[in-house]
Amino acid sequence: MTDQLIDGLYREGEPIADTKAPDVPVPEMWTRRKFDAALVNPANRRKLDVIIVGTGLAGASAGATLGEAGYNVKSFCYQDSPRRAHSIAAQGGINAAKNYKDDGDSVYRLFYDTEKGGDYRSRETNTYRLAEVSAGIIDQCVAQGVPFAREYGGLLDNRSFGGVQVSRTFYARGQTGQQLLIGAYQALERQIAAGTVQMFARHEMLELVVVDGRARGIIARDLVSGEIETHMADAVVLASGGYGNVFYLSTNAMGSNVTAAWRAHRKGAYFANPCYTQIHPTCIPQSGEHQSKLTLMSESLRNDGRIWVPKNAEDCDKDPRQIPPEDRDYYLERIYPAFGNLVPRDIASRQAKNMCDEGRGVGPEVDGVRRGVYLDFAAAIERMGEEAVRAKYGNLFEMYEQITGDNPYQVPMRIYPAVHYTMGGLWVDYDLEASIPGLFVAGEANFSDHGANRLGASALMQGLADGYFVLPNTIRAYLAKGPFEKVAEDHPDVQDARRSVSDRVERFLSVGGTRSVDSYHKELGKIMWEKCGMERTDAGLREAIEQVRALRQDFWDNVRVLGTADGLNQSLEKAGRVADFLEMGELMCIDALHRRESCGGHFRAESQTEDGEALRHDDEFAYVAAWEWGGDGGTPVLHKEDLTFKAIELKQRSYK
Amino acid sequence: MKLALSIWRQDGPRAKGRMVRYDIDGVSEDSSFLEMLDMLNEQLIEEGEEPVAFDSDCREGICGMCGVVVNGSAHGPERTTTCQLHMRSFKDGDEIVIEPWRADPFPVIKDLVVDRSAFDRIIQAGGFVSVNTGAAPDAHAVPVPKEHADRAFMAAECIGCGACVAACPNGSASLFMGAKITHLGELPQGQPERDARAVAMTEQHDHEGFGGCTNLGECTRACPKGIPLNVISQMNGDVRRAGYGHR
Ligand SMILES: Cc1cc2nc3c(=O)[nH]c(=O)nc-3n(C[C@H](O)[C@H](O)[C@H](O)COP(=O)(O)OP(=O)(O)OC[C@H]3O[C@@H](n4cnc5c(N)ncnc54)[C@H](O)[C@@H]3O)c2cc1C
Ligand code: SF4
Ligand code: FES
Repeated sequence: MTDQLIDGLYREGEPIADTKAPDVPVPEMWTRRKFDAALVNPANRRKLDVIIVGTGLAGASAGATLGEAGYNVKSFCYQDSPRRAHSIAAQGGINAAKNYKDDGDSVYRLFYDTEKGGDYRSRETNTYRLAEVSAGIIDQCVAQGVPFAREYGGLLDNRSFGGVQVSRTFYARGQTGQQLLIGAYQALERQIAAGTVQMFARHEMLELVVVDGRARGIIARDLVSGEIETHMADAVVLASGGYGNVFYLSTNAMGSNVTAAWRAHRKGAYFANPCYTQIHPTCIPQSGEHQSKLTLMSESLRNDGRIWVPKNAEDCDKDPRQIPPEDRDYYLERIYPAFGNLVPRDIASRQAKNMCDEGRGVGPEVDGVRRGVYLDFAAAIERMGEEAVRAKYGNLFEMYEQITGDNPYQVPMRIYPAVHYTMGGLWVDYDLEASIPGLFVAGEANFSDHGANRLGASALMQGLADGYFVLPNTIRAYLAKGPFEKVAEDHPDVQDARRSVSDRVERFLSVGGTRSVDSYHKELGKIMWEKCGMERTDAGLREAIEQVRALRQDFWDNVRVLGTADGLNQSLEKAGRVADFLEMGELMCIDALHRRESCGGHFRAESQTEDGEALRHDDEFAYVAAWEWGGDGGTPVLHKEDLTFKAIELKQRSYK
Repeated sequence: MKLALSIWRQDGPRAKGRMVRYDIDGVSEDSSFLEMLDMLNEQLIEEGEEPVAFDSDCREGICGMCGVVVNGSAHGPERTTTCQLHMRSFKDGDEIVIEPWRADPFPVIKDLVVDRSAFDRIIQAGGFVSVNTGAAPDAHAVPVPKEHADRAFMAAECIGCGACVAACPNGSASLFMGAKITHLGELPQGQPERDARAVAMTEQHDHEGFGGCTNLGECTRACPKGIPLNVISQMNGDVRRAGYGHR
C-alpha cells in the first residue's frame, strides 16, 4: 500500500484479482468450476449451517435450493413475510437466452449485450455464466407455476426490452417480479415446512461476525421484541438488495438499505464500484415535497410509446394534444435513429434531463424546473387499437392514473428519470465469495455482472441465476472444507459484535436532539441526487463529500429517536439505516470523483465527446474499483481489479 | 387540506389500545394516505410524541405489506391498497378513523401493525408445487391453454395483504386461500398435488383460527387486486373432489 494520500481522500492498495475462475476458455469455465467444486456428502449437509440474509429473488431462491440440498438454512428478512422483498416490485420482465423466437438469440449474444450494455465494466467470466444459466431459470419458474404470459397456442410469449434487438424477455404482465418472487417464496415455504429452512421474518441483520478471518455469523435484532440475537453458522450469504435509497427518493421500497453490506464492508469486505447508479428513464415525475418514493413505469412502455418534448419552450405549458406534430421534438428518434425510443437507460435518462435543463420540460415546476417529458401512446392506439394497448399495458396505465389523476389513454403520460438500481455492491470472486472467506454475496448486493449500467430485465435474471444455480454450486466448495470448529457465543469476537450493536442502539436513543431521522435522509438524498446523480463534476463531488461529512456529524449530535429499544420502534430502525447511508454516501462520492471517465451510469461532465456523449477511457479505467474500509476516521483504500476481455472485444459503445 | 384523525394506539401486543385524536393541516391531495401518516409522524416527533407505527414497504401496491382500516373499510374508500390510496379521495375538514386489521389470527403488534404470519403457515401447508431446483423440463414442454394461463394469472395477483380477512365478518381467509388454490390448480404443473393442497391448506386455515366462509362477498369488495368470489367455489370444489376420493 502506498502511504500517499490521493486527493486528500483515499490511498491506493495492492491490486486484486479473481482467483476462482478456472483457467480454461470462458465458455467452458462454468462446467469446469462445477466439476471441480468439491461435493458434500448428503449426510454431512445437515450438519452445516448457512445463514442467508434476504429473501428477495436471490435470497429466497438460494434458501430454497440449499434447503432442498439438505443444508441447515437460517433465512432473514426485515419485512413481516419473505414474500414482500423488494424484488416484488419489478414490472418489466426477465431475460433468458432461449431463442424461442428464433430471432438469432444465443448465450453469446445475451452475454455480449450485457457486457456492452454495462459499458465493459463488468467481469466477463461472471457475465458469461449469467447468460449460460439463464435458460434454466425459465424452466424452473414455469415448473413452479409462475404464470408467464402465453400465446394462444399455449407457448410462452416474449418481448424485447431497451437496448437490445431480440425478443428474449419473459414477462407476467407488469408483475414479473411479483410472480417470480412468489414462485421462489413458495419454494422457500416448502422447505420451511420440511424443516430445512428456519425463517426469521421481522429480523434485521446489524452486524457480521468474523472469527479468525472468516464469516461465522450475524447479529440481528428481532424487530418485534427488540431483542439482540446472535446466530452462528458455517457460512453467511448476503442477498440484501441494493442501496439506491441513499438518494431518499428512488423506486426502491421504503426499507431497502445498505446496512447488511455496509456492516460487512466495515468488517473487511471490499465494496466495489459504489458510484455506479442506474437511473431509470420512465418514472412518474415528483409532484411535491411530501413525496416518499418515486414510482417506476415499466420500461416496456418504450416499446410502443413515443417520447417527445415541445420544440419551442413557449409550448411547454400547453395541453400536449394542442401541439401539432411539426412542433414536437421526438428527440430520441432524432438523435439515435437506429434504436429510437429503445436506447439504453442511461442515454434515455440523460437526454430527458438535457431536454428539461434546456427549458423544454413539461408538467409542474419543482424547484423552478419542469421535470418531465411526454411518453405518448396516441400513435400506438391508432395503430393497434385501444383494446390492444389495454391488454398489453392496462395495469400500468391504471397505476399511472391512480397516482397522477390523469388518464393516459387521452393525455400523454409524463415521465422523468429516477434512481432505480445500483450496479455497485460487495466485491465477489467467480464463486460469489467476498474478500472475507465464508461470506457470499448474491443478487443486487454484489457487483459483478452488470458493469456500469444494467440492461433491462437482467437483474431478475441475475438474482435467480445466483440463487438457484450459481451459489448452491460454489458454496459447496467452501462448505466441503467444513464443518468448521463451532464458535461459542461467548467468543470475544462474537461478544464484540454484539456489544457494538447494542451500543449503537443505545446511542441513537440517547442523542435526544431535535431533528427527525427522515429529515436527515431527505437532506442526504438531495446532496447525492444533485452531485452524485445523473451527472457528476469534480467540483460538485468535492462539495458533496464535505456536505455529507457535515451532515453526518450533525446527525450524531442532533438526531431525535423517540421510544425504546425493547419493542417495535420504526424510528430506531430507520436511524440505523440512515447512519449507514451517511457513510456510504461519502464513499460513493469518492469513487465517483476518482473515476475521471464517463461510462454507463456514471457520467462525468469533464469526460464527454463533442456531441455530449459519454466518453470512456479504457486505457486508464478498465478496472473494478474495490474499496477497503479504512477504519473510523481513516481513509478508504482502493484496490484495482483489472478487467480482462478474452471472449469479447472491448468496443466503444454506440447506439447511433 | 385540514383533517381530524382518530388513530388506534397500542404500545405492544399485550398492552391495552385506545383511540387518539390528532389534527393535521396542509396535506396535499397528491400525497398518498401513507405519506399523510408520514407527515403526521414528523409532526409527532417534533412534539416529542412517539410516531404511529404502521407497515409499508413498496408503496406501489404490490408487496402487500401496508393495510389499515380507514373509516371502517379495509384499505379505505377506494378499491386499492392503502399506499395507493391518495388524499384526493378525501375532503378538507374530513374526520378519518384509522384502525389496524382486526381478526384473531392477526394479533396487533403495535399501533396499526399486525402479525400476518398465519398466511405464511397456510402456504407452508401446501401452497406450492413440489419441484426441486434443476429438475425442471424445458418450459415449452408443457403448453398451457391461454384461458387457463389467464385465470391462473388472475388468481396469482393476490398480494397477501389480508384485507379480505379484515373485511370478512367471520374473519375468514377463504379468498386468500382460494386465490392460491386456483392459481396452482389452473396449471398443469399444479395438478399432481391439487387435492392434497386444497385439503392441507383448509385444515391449516381452520387451525389458525380463521372463520368459515358464508359467501357474504365482503372480501372481494375489499380486495385491492380484484380477486373474484369464484376462486372460493373453485377451492370448495377441490376440497370436495379430494373428499370424494377422486383418484
Ligand atoms: C421498481 C423496480 C422495478 C424493477 N424492474 C425490473 C425488471 O423489470 N427487470 C429486472 O430484471 N429487474 C428489475 N428491477 C431490479 C430488480 O428487481 C432488483 O435488482 C432485484 O429484484 C433485487 O433482488 P435481490 O434479491 O438482490 O434483493 P431484494 O429483492 O431487494 O431483497 C432484499 C432482501 O434483503 C432483506 N434485507 C435487506 N437488508 C437486510 C438486513 N439488514 N437484515 C435482514 N434482511 C435484510 C430484505 O428484507 C429482502 O428480503 C426493478 C427494480 C425496481 C426497484
Ligand atoms: S385475496 Fe385480495 S384482499 Fe385477500 S390477501 Fe389477496 S390481495 Fe389481499
Ligand atoms: S406498501 Fe406495498 S402494497 Fe402498500
